[in-house]
Amino acid sequence: MKNVLNRFVPRGYIPFQGSKTIINSSKRKLIPEVYTSNANKLCGSLAEVFDKLNITDGMTLSFHHHLRNGDYCLNMVMQEASKRGIKNLTLAPSSLFPVHAPLVPLIENQTVTKIYTNYLNGPVAKAISEGKLKELLVMQTHGGRARAIEAGELSIDVAFVAAPAADKKGNANGVDGPSACGALGYAIPDVKYAKKVVIITDNLVENLDYIEIDEKYVDYVVVVDKIGEQSGIVSGTTKITRDPVALKIARNTAQLLNELGLIKNGFSLQTGAGGTSLAVASEVKKIMLEKNITASFASGGITAYFVEMLEAGLINELWDVQCFDLEAVRSYKVNKKHYGMSSSKYANPYEEDVVVNKLDFVILGATEIDLNFNVNVTTDSKGLLIGGSGGHSDTAAGANVTIITTPLIKSRIPIIKEELTTISTPGEDVDVLVTERGIAINPKRTDLLDKLQNSKLNILPIEQLLEISYQYTGIPEPIKKSDKVIGVVEYRDGTIIDSIYKLGED
Amino acid sequence: MRRSLLFIPGNNPAMLQNADVFESDAVIIDLEDAVSISEKDSARNLVKNFLNSYRLPIEVIIRINGMDTDFYQADLEAIVSNNIDTILLPKANPRDLIKLDQILSKIEQKNGLTKKIGVIPIIELASSILDVREIATSPRVNGLLLGAEDLSSDLEVSRTLAGDEIFYARSMIAISCRAYNIDAIDTPFTDVRNEEGLLADSQKARGLGMNAKACIHPNQIDIVNKIFSPSKEQIEQALRILKAFENAQKEGKGVFSLDGKMVDKPIIERAKKTIDKAKRFGLI
Repeated sequence: MKNVLNRFVPRGYIPFQGSKTIINSSKRKLIPEVYTSNANKLCGSLAEVFDKLNITDGMTLSFHHHLRNGDYCLNMVMQEASKRGIKNLTLAPSSLFPVHAPLVPLIENQTVTKIYTNYLNGPVAKAISEGKLKELLVMQTHGGRARAIEAGELSIDVAFVAAPAADKKGNANGVDGPSACGALGYAIPDVKYAKKVVIITDNLVENLDYIEIDEKYVDYVVVVDKIGEQSGIVSGTTKITRDPVALKIARNTAQLLNELGLIKNGFSLQTGAGGTSLAVASEVKKIMLEKNITASFASGGITAYFVEMLEAGLINELWDVQCFDLEAVRSYKVNKKHYGMSSSKYANPYEEDVVVNKLDFVILGATEIDLNFNVNVTTDSKGLLIGGSGGHSDTAAGANVTIITTPLIKSRIPIIKEELTTISTPGEDVDVLVTERGIAINPKRTDLLDKLQNSKLNILPIEQLLEISYQYTGIPEPIKKSDKVIGVVEYRDGTIIDSIYKLGED
Repeated sequence: MRRSLLFIPGNNPAMLQNADVFESDAVIIDLEDAVSISEKDSARNLVKNFLNSYRLPIEVIIRINGMDTDFYQADLEAIVSNNIDTILLPKANPRDLIKLDQILSKIEQKNGLTKKIGVIPIIELASSILDVREIATSPRVNGLLLGAEDLSSDLEVSRTLAGDEIFYARSMIAISCRAYNIDAIDTPFTDVRNEEGLLADSQKARGLGMNAKACIHPNQIDIVNKIFSPSKEQIEQALRILKAFENAQKEGKGVFSLDGKMVDKPIIERAKKTIDKAKRFGLI
């Protein structure tokens, strides 16, 4: 079966029908929140937790990724599962990183046979790309994951929640203790709707000043030596890039935003954590200072740069679903206007007052973009899993203006493609592509084109940008794609926007 | 008329590919210091093939190897074509410039060039400072570039942030270039991470009469373009002067005043130059 973007959808899944079609024509589905009746929560070990919860074959276990590449908990839990010979587990971690490499043999021996996640890279991503996962990988968005959990579509038997601080009653937060990682936004839907919730902490305290996870949801608390390595949470680069191509893209992006009238008092924005995104933020900041403008809020994953802008009074509020560096962790603890939010509040398409819908603009990346502005952030051009939507599709759907920034050519490969390897975000939600050699506006956004009529920026049709890149690279030969589907890209509404294929033989 | 000239190593394909991305007025593709002896041939071939494949929309300048080396002739043979505009000559002296003119004429004729290749001599020897007037008036010369690093070596002095050691050279080059109506191009600022230093150095050079600056990193171009462009206020004032001049002419007045100050010919000429520059650099 094909969806509206003419991409294959495996049997049993609902094809994507357009970014708002289902959301606008259906109501929010909510299963009841699950409260605990257990009073005696403290366990001596994960083994005890496994015994008490009778974790067995075929269950679904979930994890959050706030400790990112410093996380120890998923590996600890899976080691226990493996020791017990449990098979056919479904895992639902919000993301997977290189630190989760010990999962590879467990995928190979079918301890784990199905995975739902929002983002993955490293050895696990490679193993799945090679076709080692028995069932299909489901790549959700951050908002889509929250939606699927609250709707009961992604039914979690046990949510394991790494918590930098917890008390024996099960209250927990992410801000205290040696493994503080800041906001715990991605864990909130799991905590509310999983059948059982286990807090894993390395910092059991008598009382917490700040409670992010309420004891009413928590069944067990287990203390371990260490939940993770705090330094591992630092996401990508947290410094403004010095790469001149990226800086040019950032300057052009800021100028474009200015010409579109988007940098005005009370505006709201989201950028990622990479060097280019921070460079855009830095250029935007220059314009804000020049014009004496303050922003109402910045959202998403928060970095030191945004903390600095908050503390300088340039941004009124930060809405944080996860901290990308330790400075953000510090700020989340001390700054009153640095708010935490659940992944549902951030990006769930059915959430009232959802933050992504209030964004004036979002700056996003792409590994590929096609002539219809569809974007791939899930696989590289060979089909290897290298990431995932995370909040890409959610913010693109919500923000008034969605801007993709990318060099036209990366490692001799053109970024604009006639056909994408994988579609992550539909082109109908992508408005602008900024490259070092020109800016393309989605022709559907005639309002933006009108505003830019007298612009000195180099605005070109996307087809012309493709031609320019071909002048440098030639027309790349198509990459052999295997026919074997190993996963699906689930849009935020639960439909399938694309399939993911096994890596072709070289 | 130039403001910024970006050096790009001739042996770096990724940087060549982005030569025209950074909004410099000219790009200097370097076959000399940036390329080790073992890579001279390959760099020459790379640059030649690159320029045959991509028509850069900005001035293309090639820094050839000095005429005291074994490489310059092969450089010129390989590189002189309609794809380039200018040759940058290291350690220039009047004798070499005459020789270079002859070689270029021969190649232009042989290859059927439809344009005449210009020359920018690099002033980087004490003797070149003494010969600067002769160099400035040599055939094809349309600008002089101060090479402060080599000049300091020749003078056996250290380079400093303040740049006192090159004060005389900058002044001499600026005055000569103004006198013969060619570009006075300042030496690059070598600390690529020091933006404040670059700003101060550019302001100092401009204050002495230099009208352009070479850049050794794309991130220097914005600052250099800004300093060597007329400011918004200067453009506005120049437009007012020219408007008042136009009105005075209509009224048959030879001399007139603006804001209580007398406006005469030098002021009008300067205003015209400012507007020419502003137009050339797309500022109005």
